[in-house]
Amino acid sequence: MKVELEADKCVASGQCVVAAMEVFDQDDDGIAVLLAERPGAEHLDSVREAVAVCPAAAIRLVEK
Amino acid sequence: MNRAVVVGACAAGLAAAETLRREGYDGTLTLIGDEPHPPYDRPPLSKQLLASDWEADRLVLRAADDIAALDLDLRLGTAATGLDLAGRVVRLADGSRVPYDGLIVATGVRARRLPGGGGHVLRTLSDALALRERLGPGRHLVVVGAGFLGAEAAAVAWRLGARVTLLEPAPVPLAHAVGEEVGRMLSRAHLDRGVELRTGVTVTEVGDRAVRLADGEVVEADEVLVAVGSLPNTEWLADSGLAVGDGVVCDAYLEAAEGVYAAGDVARWHNPLFGTAMRVEHRTNAAEQGMAAARNLLRPEGRKPFAPVPYFWSDQYDMKVQAYGFLRGHDEVAVVEGDLAERRFVAAYRTGARVTGALAVGMPPKVIRLWRRSIASRASWDEVAGHRVT
Ligand SMILES: Cc1cc2nc3c(=O)[nH]c(=O)nc-3n(C[C@H](O)[C@H](O)[C@H](O)COP(=O)(O)OP(=O)(O)OC[C@H]3O[C@@H](n4cnc5c(N)ncnc54)[C@H](O)[C@@H]3O)c2cc1C
Ligand code: SF4
Repeated sequence: MKVELEADKCVASGQCVVAAMEVFDQDDDGIAVLLAERPGAEHLDSVREAVAVCPAAAIRLVEK
Repeated sequence: MNRAVVVGACAAGLAAAETLRREGYDGTLTLIGDEPHPPYDRPPLSKQLLASDWEADRLVLRAADDIAALDLDLRLGTAATGLDLAGRVVRLADGSRVPYDGLIVATGVRARRLPGGGGHVLRTLSDALALRERLGPGRHLVVVGAGFLGAEAAAVAWRLGARVTLLEPAPVPLAHAVGEEVGRMLSRAHLDRGVELRTGVTVTEVGDRAVRLADGEVVEADEVLVAVGSLPNTEWLADSGLAVGDGVVCDAYLEAAEGVYAAGDVARWHNPLFGTAMRVEHRTNAAEQGMAAARNLLRPEGRKPFAPVPYFWSDQYDMKVQAYGFLRGHDEVAVVEGDLAERRFVAAYRTGARVTGALAVGMPPKVIRLWRRSIASRASWDEVAGHRVT
Protein backbone atom coordinates (compact mmCIF):
# COMPACT_ATOMS: atom_id res chain seq x y z
CA MET A 1 0.00 0.00 0.00
CA LYS A 2 1.26 3.48 -0.81
CA VAL A 3 0.08 6.64 0.92
CA GLU A 4 0.52 10.23 -0.28
CA LEU A 5 0.23 13.29 1.90
CA GLU A 6 -0.07 16.84 0.60
CA ALA A 7 1.33 18.62 3.62
CA ASP A 8 0.56 22.12 2.30
CA LYS A 9 -3.15 21.29 2.31
CA CYS A 10 -3.08 19.93 5.88
CA VAL A 11 -5.07 21.97 8.41
CA ALA A 12 -3.53 20.28 11.46
CA SER A 13 -6.71 18.63 12.65
CA GLY A 14 -4.99 15.50 13.92
CA GLN A 15 -7.83 13.30 12.67
CA CYS A 16 -5.42 11.08 10.73
CA VAL A 17 -3.40 10.39 13.88
CA VAL A 18 -6.56 9.44 15.73
CA ALA A 19 -7.49 7.09 12.87
CA ALA A 20 -4.05 5.55 12.17
CA MET A 21 -1.45 6.25 14.83
CA GLU A 22 1.12 3.92 13.32
CA VAL A 23 1.04 5.70 9.98
CA PHE A 24 0.63 9.39 10.81
CA ASP A 25 2.04 11.82 13.31
CA GLN A 26 2.01 15.63 13.58
CA ASP A 27 4.93 18.02 13.84
CA ASP A 28 5.03 20.79 16.43
CA ASP A 29 2.81 23.01 14.31
CA GLY A 30 0.31 20.22 13.96
CA ILE A 31 1.11 19.51 10.31
CA ALA A 32 0.79 15.82 9.51
CA VAL A 33 3.86 13.73 8.76
CA LEU A 34 3.91 10.25 7.27
CA LEU A 35 5.60 7.71 9.50
CA ALA A 36 5.50 5.13 6.73
CA GLU A 37 4.98 5.80 3.04
CA ARG A 38 4.31 2.13 2.41
CA PRO A 39 2.59 0.84 5.52
CA GLY A 40 1.79 -2.86 5.85
CA ALA A 41 -1.53 -4.28 4.72
CA GLU A 42 -2.71 -4.58 8.31
CA HIS A 43 -3.09 -0.78 8.31
CA LEU A 44 -5.30 -0.65 5.22
CA ASP A 45 -8.56 -0.09 7.09
CA SER A 46 -7.19 2.58 9.39
CA VAL A 47 -5.52 4.42 6.49
CA ARG A 48 -8.78 4.37 4.57
CA GLU A 49 -10.48 5.81 7.60
CA ALA A 50 -7.84 8.58 7.72
CA VAL A 51 -8.34 9.36 4.02
CA ALA A 52 -12.07 9.62 4.58
CA VAL A 53 -12.00 11.77 7.71
CA CYS A 54 -9.18 14.15 6.76
CA PRO A 55 -10.97 17.51 6.56
CA ALA A 56 -8.49 18.86 4.04
CA ALA A 57 -8.60 15.96 1.58
CA ALA A 58 -4.82 15.92 2.00
CA ILE A 59 -4.31 12.16 2.15
CA ARG A 60 -4.53 9.79 -0.78
CA LEU A 61 -4.21 6.06 -1.01
CA VAL A 62 -2.46 5.68 -4.35
CA GLU A 63 -2.23 1.90 -4.46
CA LYS A 64 -3.49 -0.87 -2.25
CA MET B 1 -30.75 -3.01 -0.95
CA ASN B 2 -30.27 -2.41 -4.66
CA ARG B 3 -30.96 1.27 -5.03
CA ALA B 4 -29.18 3.72 -2.77
CA VAL B 5 -29.71 7.46 -3.20
CA VAL B 6 -27.66 10.23 -1.62
CA VAL B 7 -28.99 13.79 -1.86
CA GLY B 8 -26.36 16.53 -1.40
CA ALA B 9 -23.00 16.14 -3.12
CA CYS B 10 -20.43 17.68 -0.80
CA ALA B 11 -18.42 16.47 2.18
CA ALA B 12 -21.14 14.40 3.86
CA GLY B 13 -22.74 13.05 0.70
CA LEU B 14 -19.41 12.07 -0.81
CA ALA B 15 -18.29 10.33 2.38
CA ALA B 16 -21.57 8.41 2.44
CA ALA B 17 -21.25 7.34 -1.19
CA GLU B 18 -17.62 6.28 -0.76
CA THR B 19 -18.40 4.31 2.37
CA LEU B 20 -21.28 2.43 0.74
CA ARG B 21 -18.93 1.27 -2.02
CA ARG B 22 -16.04 0.53 0.31
CA GLU B 23 -18.26 -1.60 2.49
CA GLY B 24 -19.26 -3.73 -0.45
CA TYR B 25 -22.51 -2.21 -1.71
CA ASP B 26 -22.64 -2.88 -5.46
CA GLY B 27 -26.14 -1.79 -6.44
CA THR B 28 -27.13 1.46 -8.15
CA LEU B 29 -25.75 4.50 -6.32
CA THR B 30 -27.30 7.84 -7.25
CA LEU B 31 -25.65 11.03 -5.98
CA ILE B 32 -27.74 14.16 -6.47
CA GLY B 33 -26.39 17.68 -6.02
CA ASP B 34 -27.86 21.03 -7.01
CA GLU B 35 -24.50 22.75 -7.50
CA PRO B 36 -22.88 22.23 -10.89
CA HIS B 37 -19.46 21.38 -9.40
CA PRO B 38 -18.16 17.99 -8.36
CA PRO B 39 -17.86 17.71 -4.55
CA TYR B 40 -15.64 20.49 -3.20
CA ASP B 41 -14.39 21.72 0.12
CA ARG B 42 -15.89 24.75 1.85
CA PRO B 43 -13.49 25.74 4.65
CA PRO B 44 -10.91 27.18 2.22
CA LEU B 45 -13.60 29.48 0.77
CA SER B 46 -13.12 31.95 3.64
CA LYS B 47 -9.37 31.26 3.89
CA GLN B 48 -7.01 30.27 1.06
CA LEU B 49 -9.47 30.85 -1.78
CA LEU B 50 -10.64 34.26 -0.56
CA ALA B 51 -7.01 35.27 -0.08
CA SER B 52 -6.14 34.08 -3.62
CA ASP B 53 -3.54 31.73 -2.14
CA TRP B 54 -5.40 28.92 -3.86
CA GLU B 55 -7.46 28.67 -7.00
CA ALA B 56 -10.75 26.82 -7.24
CA ASP B 57 -9.21 23.64 -8.67
CA ARG B 58 -7.54 22.93 -5.31
CA LEU B 59 -10.89 22.64 -3.59
CA VAL B 60 -12.06 19.45 -5.31
CA LEU B 61 -12.46 16.76 -2.68
CA ARG B 62 -11.50 13.84 -4.93
CA ALA B 63 -9.60 13.42 -8.16
CA ALA B 64 -11.79 12.70 -11.18
CA ASP B 65 -10.62 9.08 -11.39
CA ASP B 66 -11.45 8.48 -7.71
CA ILE B 67 -14.97 9.73 -8.39
CA ALA B 68 -15.23 7.62 -11.55
CA ALA B 69 -14.18 4.53 -9.58
CA LEU B 70 -17.31 4.90 -7.43
CA ASP B 71 -19.46 4.03 -10.46
CA LEU B 72 -22.08 6.64 -9.60
CA ASP B 73 -25.30 7.65 -11.24
CA LEU B 74 -24.20 11.27 -10.73
CA ARG B 75 -26.81 14.02 -11.11
CA LEU B 76 -25.05 17.33 -10.65
CA GLY B 77 -26.78 20.66 -11.21
CA THR B 78 -30.08 18.99 -10.30
CA ALA B 79 -32.03 19.79 -7.14
CA ALA B 80 -34.18 17.31 -5.29
CA THR B 81 -37.59 18.93 -4.92
CA GLY B 82 -39.60 16.36 -3.02
CA LEU B 83 -39.65 13.09 -1.14
CA ASP B 84 -42.37 10.45 -1.09
CA LEU B 85 -41.63 8.40 2.01
CA ALA B 86 -44.32 5.80 1.51
CA GLY B 87 -43.51 5.29 -2.15
CA ARG B 88 -39.75 5.58 -1.55
CA VAL B 89 -39.16 8.04 -4.36
CA VAL B 90 -37.13 11.25 -4.60
CA ARG B 91 -38.47 13.85 -7.03
CA LEU B 92 -36.03 16.03 -8.96
CA ALA B 93 -36.31 19.51 -10.44
CA ASP B 94 -35.95 18.14 -13.97
CA GLY B 95 -39.16 16.18 -13.44
CA SER B 96 -37.53 12.80 -13.00
CA ARG B 97 -38.27 10.47 -10.12
CA VAL B 98 -35.60 8.37 -8.46
CA PRO B 99 -36.82 5.33 -6.53
CA TYR B 100 -34.73 4.14 -3.59
CA ASP B 101 -34.40 1.32 -1.10
CA GLY B 102 -32.10 3.42 1.08
CA LEU B 103 -31.76 7.22 1.22
CA ILE B 104 -29.18 9.50 2.80
CA VAL B 105 -30.04 13.18 3.16
CA ALA B 106 -26.94 15.41 3.13
CA THR B 107 -28.25 18.71 1.80
CA GLY B 108 -26.32 20.92 4.21
CA VAL B 109 -27.26 24.48 5.05
CA ARG B 110 -27.35 27.80 3.24
CA ALA B 111 -26.41 31.27 4.38
CA ARG B 112 -29.03 33.32 6.18
CA ARG B 113 -29.75 36.74 4.78
CA LEU B 114 -31.14 39.84 6.45
CA PRO B 115 -34.02 42.15 5.50
CA GLY B 116 -33.16 44.13 2.40
CA GLY B 117 -31.50 41.01 1.05
CA GLY B 118 -28.40 42.84 -0.20
CA GLY B 119 -24.72 42.20 0.22
CA HIS B 120 -22.64 39.09 -0.21
CA VAL B 121 -22.96 35.82 1.63
CA LEU B 122 -20.21 33.21 1.84
CA ARG B 123 -21.31 29.62 1.48
CA THR B 124 -20.58 28.46 -2.05
CA LEU B 125 -17.67 28.63 -4.44
CA SER B 126 -19.43 31.26 -6.53
CA ASP B 127 -20.13 33.34 -3.41
CA ALA B 128 -16.44 33.29 -2.54
CA LEU B 129 -15.28 34.13 -6.05
CA ALA B 130 -17.74 37.03 -6.25
CA LEU B 131 -16.56 38.49 -2.94
CA ARG B 132 -12.88 38.01 -3.66
CA GLU B 133 -13.16 39.93 -6.92
CA ARG B 134 -14.33 42.96 -4.95
CA LEU B 135 -11.73 42.96 -2.18
CA GLY B 136 -8.44 44.79 -2.32
CA PRO B 137 -6.40 47.69 -1.01
CA GLY B 138 -8.47 50.69 -0.04
CA ARG B 139 -11.83 48.97 -0.34
CA HIS B 140 -14.13 49.23 2.65
CA LEU B 141 -15.74 45.93 3.66
CA VAL B 142 -18.50 45.87 6.24
CA VAL B 143 -19.00 42.42 7.76
CA VAL B 144 -22.31 41.82 9.52
CA GLY B 145 -21.75 39.21 12.22
CA ALA B 146 -18.46 38.56 14.03
CA GLY B 147 -18.80 34.78 14.39
CA PHE B 148 -16.14 32.42 13.10
CA LEU B 149 -17.02 32.98 9.46
CA GLY B 150 -17.19 36.77 9.72
CA ALA B 151 -13.94 36.86 11.66
CA GLU B 152 -12.13 34.73 9.09
CA ALA B 153 -13.34 36.87 6.21
CA ALA B 154 -12.39 40.04 8.08
CA ALA B 155 -8.89 38.67 8.67
CA VAL B 156 -8.40 37.85 5.00
CA ALA B 157 -9.80 41.18 3.81
CA TRP B 158 -7.46 42.98 6.20
CA ARG B 159 -4.53 41.03 4.80
CA LEU B 160 -5.57 42.07 1.30
CA GLY B 161 -5.34 45.70 2.37
CA ALA B 162 -9.04 46.41 2.72
CA ARG B 163 -10.49 48.58 5.47
CA VAL B 164 -12.75 46.36 7.53
CA THR B 165 -15.66 47.09 9.87
CA LEU B 166 -17.23 44.24 11.85
CA LEU B 167 -20.75 44.76 13.20
CA GLU B 168 -21.88 42.43 15.95
CA PRO B 169 -25.07 42.46 18.05
CA ALA B 170 -23.60 40.67 21.08
CA PRO B 171 -21.45 42.62 23.56
CA VAL B 172 -18.63 40.09 23.09
CA PRO B 173 -18.39 38.20 19.80
CA LEU B 174 -18.67 34.42 20.08
CA ALA B 175 -19.24 34.58 23.84
CA HIS B 176 -22.28 32.27 23.59
CA ALA B 177 -20.09 29.64 21.94
CA VAL B 178 -16.67 29.93 23.55
CA GLY B 179 -17.26 31.99 26.68
CA GLU B 180 -16.60 35.65 27.35
CA GLU B 181 -12.91 35.55 28.12
CA VAL B 182 -11.97 33.57 25.04
CA GLY B 183 -14.36 35.67 22.96
CA ARG B 184 -12.67 38.85 24.18
CA MET B 185 -9.25 37.44 23.43
CA LEU B 186 -10.31 36.58 19.87
CA SER B 187 -11.75 40.10 19.42
CA ARG B 188 -8.45 41.63 20.42
CA ALA B 189 -6.88 40.14 17.30
CA HIS B 190 -9.11 42.42 15.20
CA LEU B 191 -8.48 45.53 17.26
CA ASP B 192 -4.69 44.99 17.25
CA ARG B 193 -4.74 45.25 13.48
CA GLY B 194 -6.94 48.27 13.23
CA VAL B 195 -10.00 46.33 12.14
CA GLU B 196 -12.98 48.22 13.49
CA LEU B 197 -15.21 46.09 15.73
CA ARG B 198 -18.54 47.56 16.79
CA THR B 199 -20.37 45.39 19.29
CA GLY B 200 -23.92 45.73 20.58
CA VAL B 201 -25.17 46.95 17.21
CA THR B 202 -28.07 45.34 15.42
CA VAL B 203 -28.34 45.56 11.66
CA THR B 204 -31.93 45.86 10.49
CA GLU B 205 -31.47 46.22 6.75
CA VAL B 206 -28.76 45.32 4.28
CA GLY B 207 -28.17 46.91 0.91
CA ASP B 208 -25.29 46.26 -1.47
CA ARG B 209 -23.40 49.42 -0.45
CA ALA B 210 -24.72 50.20 3.02
CA VAL B 211 -26.42 48.75 6.06
CA ARG B 212 -28.94 50.32 8.40
CA LEU B 213 -28.67 49.88 12.16
CA ALA B 214 -31.51 49.58 14.66
CA ASP B 215 -31.01 53.20 15.80
CA GLY B 216 -31.35 54.44 12.23
CA GLU B 217 -27.64 55.03 11.56
CA VAL B 218 -26.48 54.09 8.08
CA VAL B 219 -23.03 52.56 7.68
CA GLU B 220 -21.72 52.91 4.16
CA ALA B 221 -19.41 50.40 2.52
CA ASP B 222 -17.93 49.36 -0.80
CA GLU B 223 -18.97 45.80 -0.10
CA VAL B 224 -21.12 44.17 2.56
CA LEU B 225 -20.75 40.59 3.75
CA VAL B 226 -23.62 39.07 5.72
CA ALA B 227 -22.30 36.35 8.03
CA VAL B 228 -25.17 35.74 10.43
CA GLY B 229 -25.48 31.98 10.43
CA SER B 230 -27.30 29.50 8.32
CA LEU B 231 -30.54 27.69 7.62
CA PRO B 232 -30.78 23.94 7.02
CA ASN B 233 -31.77 22.97 3.47
CA THR B 234 -34.91 21.04 4.34
CA GLU B 235 -37.61 22.81 2.29
CA TRP B 236 -37.60 19.98 -0.23
CA LEU B 237 -38.66 17.64 2.60
CA ALA B 238 -41.69 19.69 3.62
CA ASP B 239 -44.87 17.56 3.60
CA SER B 240 -42.78 14.41 3.20
CA GLY B 241 -43.62 13.23 6.71
CA LEU B 242 -39.97 13.43 7.82
CA ALA B 243 -39.57 15.27 11.11
CA VAL B 244 -37.87 18.58 10.40
CA GLY B 245 -37.01 21.16 13.04
CA ASP B 246 -33.76 23.07 12.72
CA GLY B 247 -32.48 20.19 10.59
CA VAL B 248 -33.61 16.67 9.82
CA VAL B 249 -34.42 15.05 13.14
CA CYS B 250 -32.68 11.68 13.56
CA ASP B 251 -32.11 9.19 16.34
CA ALA B 252 -28.70 8.22 17.71
CA TYR B 253 -28.21 5.97 14.65
CA LEU B 254 -28.80 8.90 12.28
CA GLU B 255 -32.03 7.33 11.10
CA ALA B 256 -34.86 9.76 10.33
CA ALA B 257 -37.41 7.24 9.07
CA GLU B 258 -37.23 3.65 7.96
CA GLY B 259 -34.48 3.42 5.36
CA VAL B 260 -33.80 7.18 5.53
CA TYR B 261 -30.68 8.59 7.20
CA ALA B 262 -29.22 12.08 7.42
CA ALA B 263 -25.65 13.36 7.75
CA GLY B 264 -23.64 16.56 7.81
CA ASP B 265 -24.72 20.13 8.52
CA VAL B 266 -28.39 19.30 7.89
CA ALA B 267 -28.63 16.47 10.46
CA ARG B 268 -29.88 16.96 14.00
CA TRP B 269 -29.23 13.81 15.94
CA HIS B 270 -28.99 12.57 19.49
CA ASN B 271 -25.31 12.29 20.43
CA PRO B 272 -25.16 9.73 23.25
CA LEU B 273 -21.67 10.85 24.30
CA PHE B 274 -23.15 14.16 25.45
CA GLY B 275 -26.68 12.93 26.08
CA THR B 276 -28.18 15.69 23.97
CA ALA B 277 -29.52 16.42 20.51
CA MET B 278 -27.16 18.50 18.39
CA ARG B 279 -26.58 19.73 14.87
CA VAL B 280 -23.01 20.76 14.14
CA GLU B 281 -21.66 22.59 11.13
CA HIS B 282 -18.15 21.19 11.17
CA ARG B 283 -16.15 19.83 8.31
CA THR B 284 -14.89 16.67 10.03
CA ASN B 285 -18.33 15.87 11.37
CA ALA B 286 -19.75 15.95 7.84
CA ALA B 287 -17.34 13.22 6.71
CA GLU B 288 -17.60 11.10 9.85
CA GLN B 289 -21.37 11.32 9.91
CA GLY B 290 -21.66 10.51 6.22
CA MET B 291 -19.61 7.38 6.86
CA ALA B 292 -21.63 6.40 9.91
CA ALA B 293 -24.97 6.92 8.15
CA ALA B 294 -23.82 4.78 5.22
CA ARG B 295 -22.71 1.95 7.50
CA ASN B 296 -25.94 1.95 9.47
CA LEU B 297 -28.00 2.02 6.28
CA LEU B 298 -26.07 -0.88 4.81
CA ARG B 299 -26.02 -3.03 7.94
CA PRO B 300 -29.02 -2.21 10.12
CA GLU B 301 -28.45 -5.40 12.14
CA GLY B 302 -25.01 -4.21 13.28
CA ARG B 303 -25.80 -0.52 13.46
CA LYS B 304 -23.97 1.70 15.93
CA PRO B 305 -24.96 4.96 17.58
CA PHE B 306 -23.04 7.96 16.27
CA ALA B 307 -21.20 9.33 19.31
CA PRO B 308 -18.28 11.47 18.12
CA VAL B 309 -16.31 14.21 19.82
CA PRO B 310 -17.04 17.10 17.42
CA TYR B 311 -13.95 18.90 16.11
CA PHE B 312 -13.72 22.37 14.64
CA TRP B 313 -10.93 24.67 13.58
CA SER B 314 -10.79 28.27 12.40
CA ASP B 315 -7.94 30.37 11.01
CA GLN B 316 -7.96 34.01 12.10
CA TYR B 317 -4.95 36.17 11.28
CA ASP B 318 -1.93 34.21 12.57
CA MET B 319 -4.04 32.14 14.99
CA LYS B 320 -5.36 28.66 14.48
CA VAL B 321 -8.25 28.02 16.82
CA GLN B 322 -9.06 24.36 17.45
CA ALA B 323 -11.99 23.12 19.46
CA TYR B 324 -13.08 19.66 20.54
CA GLY B 325 -16.37 18.63 22.07
CA PHE B 326 -19.62 20.46 22.63
CA LEU B 327 -18.99 23.92 24.03
CA ARG B 328 -22.44 25.42 23.68
CA GLY B 329 -24.40 25.77 26.90
CA HIS B 330 -21.35 25.17 29.09
CA ASP B 331 -21.45 26.00 32.80
CA GLU B 332 -17.83 27.02 33.28
CA VAL B 333 -14.68 27.81 31.32
CA ALA B 334 -11.15 27.61 32.72
CA VAL B 335 -7.79 28.23 31.14
CA VAL B 336 -6.03 24.99 32.00
CA GLU B 337 -2.78 25.31 30.04
CA GLY B 338 -0.77 28.26 28.77
CA ASP B 339 -1.87 31.87 28.92
CA LEU B 340 -4.69 33.72 27.17
CA ALA B 341 -2.71 36.93 26.87
CA GLU B 342 0.09 35.14 25.03
CA ARG B 343 -2.40 33.51 22.66
CA ARG B 344 -1.06 30.08 23.59
CA PHE B 345 -3.54 28.25 25.73
CA VAL B 346 -6.08 25.53 26.24
CA ALA B 347 -9.45 26.48 27.70
CA ALA B 348 -11.54 23.63 29.10
CA TYR B 349 -15.33 23.68 29.29
CA ARG B 350 -17.45 22.12 32.00
CA THR B 351 -21.07 21.05 31.60
CA GLY B 352 -22.48 19.49 34.74
CA ALA B 353 -19.74 17.46 36.37
CA ARG B 354 -17.93 16.59 33.14
CA VAL B 355 -15.39 18.17 30.88
CA THR B 356 -17.31 18.51 27.62
CA GLY B 357 -15.10 20.76 25.54
CA ALA B 358 -11.63 22.16 24.97
CA LEU B 359 -10.47 25.06 22.83
CA ALA B 360 -6.82 25.58 21.99
CA VAL B 361 -4.73 28.25 20.30
CA GLY B 362 -1.03 27.80 19.53
CA MET B 363 -0.59 24.60 21.52
CA PRO B 364 1.29 21.48 20.41
CA PRO B 365 -0.91 18.75 18.91
CA LYS B 366 -0.11 16.20 21.58
CA VAL B 367 -1.56 18.45 24.29
CA ILE B 368 -4.70 19.03 22.28
CA ARG B 369 -5.17 15.31 21.63
CA LEU B 370 -4.97 14.60 25.37
CA TRP B 371 -7.90 16.91 25.93
CA ARG B 372 -9.82 15.22 23.16
CA ARG B 373 -9.27 11.93 24.95
CA SER B 374 -10.59 13.34 28.23
CA ILE B 375 -13.77 14.45 26.51
CA ALA B 376 -14.20 11.11 24.71
CA SER B 377 -13.74 9.18 27.96
CA ARG B 378 -16.31 11.34 29.78
CA ALA B 379 -13.70 12.42 32.30
CA SER B 380 -14.98 14.29 35.31
CA TRP B 381 -14.07 17.94 35.62
CA ASP B 382 -12.46 17.53 39.02
CA GLU B 383 -10.25 14.77 37.74
CA VAL B 384 -8.75 16.57 34.74
CA ALA B 385 -9.37 20.28 35.01
CA GLY B 386 -10.27 21.24 38.54
CA HIS B 387 -6.82 20.92 40.03
CA ARG B 388 -4.97 22.41 37.07
CA VAL B 389 -6.66 25.78 37.15
CA THR B 390 -4.07 28.40 37.96
C1 LIG C 1 -16.85 29.65 4.18
C2 LIG C 1 -16.91 28.47 5.09
C3 LIG C 1 -15.85 28.20 5.95
C4 LIG C 1 -15.88 27.10 6.78
N1 LIG C 1 -14.82 26.87 7.61
C5 LIG C 1 -14.83 25.79 8.42
C6 LIG C 1 -13.73 25.53 9.28
O1 LIG C 1 -12.75 26.26 9.31
N2 LIG C 1 -13.77 24.43 10.06
C7 LIG C 1 -14.85 23.58 10.06
O2 LIG C 1 -14.83 22.58 10.79
N3 LIG C 1 -15.92 23.80 9.26
C8 LIG C 1 -15.93 24.88 8.44
N4 LIG C 1 -17.01 25.12 7.62
C9 LIG C 1 -18.16 24.20 7.66
C10 LIG C 1 -18.01 23.02 6.70
O3 LIG C 1 -17.64 23.46 5.44
C11 LIG C 1 -19.33 22.27 6.63
O4 LIG C 1 -19.55 21.69 7.89
C12 LIG C 1 -19.38 21.19 5.56
O5 LIG C 1 -19.22 21.72 4.29
C13 LIG C 1 -20.69 20.43 5.64
O6 LIG C 1 -20.79 19.51 4.61
P1 LIG C 1 -22.19 18.94 4.14
O7 LIG C 1 -21.88 17.97 3.06
O8 LIG C 1 -22.96 18.50 5.31
O9 LIG C 1 -23.02 20.19 3.60
P2 LIG C 1 -22.71 21.17 2.39
O10 LIG C 1 -21.25 21.36 2.23
O11 LIG C 1 -23.56 22.36 2.62
O12 LIG C 1 -23.22 20.38 1.13
C14 LIG C 1 -24.58 20.17 0.85
C15 LIG C 1 -24.78 20.17 -0.64
O13 LIG C 1 -26.13 19.82 -0.92
C16 LIG C 1 -26.64 20.71 -1.87
N5 LIG C 1 -28.11 20.76 -1.78
C17 LIG C 1 -28.88 21.49 -0.93
N6 LIG C 1 -30.20 21.27 -1.16
C18 LIG C 1 -30.27 20.39 -2.18
C19 LIG C 1 -31.34 19.77 -2.89
N7 LIG C 1 -32.62 20.02 -2.56
N8 LIG C 1 -31.05 18.90 -3.89
C20 LIG C 1 -29.76 18.65 -4.22
N9 LIG C 1 -28.70 19.20 -3.59
C21 LIG C 1 -28.95 20.06 -2.58
C22 LIG C 1 -25.98 22.01 -1.54
O14 LIG C 1 -26.04 22.94 -2.59
C23 LIG C 1 -24.56 21.53 -1.27
O15 LIG C 1 -23.84 21.41 -2.45
C24 LIG C 1 -17.00 26.23 6.77
C25 LIG C 1 -18.08 26.51 5.91
C26 LIG C 1 -18.05 27.61 5.07
C27 LIG C 1 -19.21 27.90 4.17
S1 SF4 D 1 -6.35 14.61 9.04
FE1 SF4 D 1 -5.67 15.78 7.27
S2 SF4 D 1 -5.73 17.89 7.94
FE2 SF4 D 1 -5.84 16.66 9.79
S3 SF4 D 1 -3.70 16.50 10.45
FE3 SF4 D 1 -4.12 14.71 9.17
S4 SF4 D 1 -3.50 15.36 7.10
FE4 SF4 D 1 -3.66 17.21 8.33
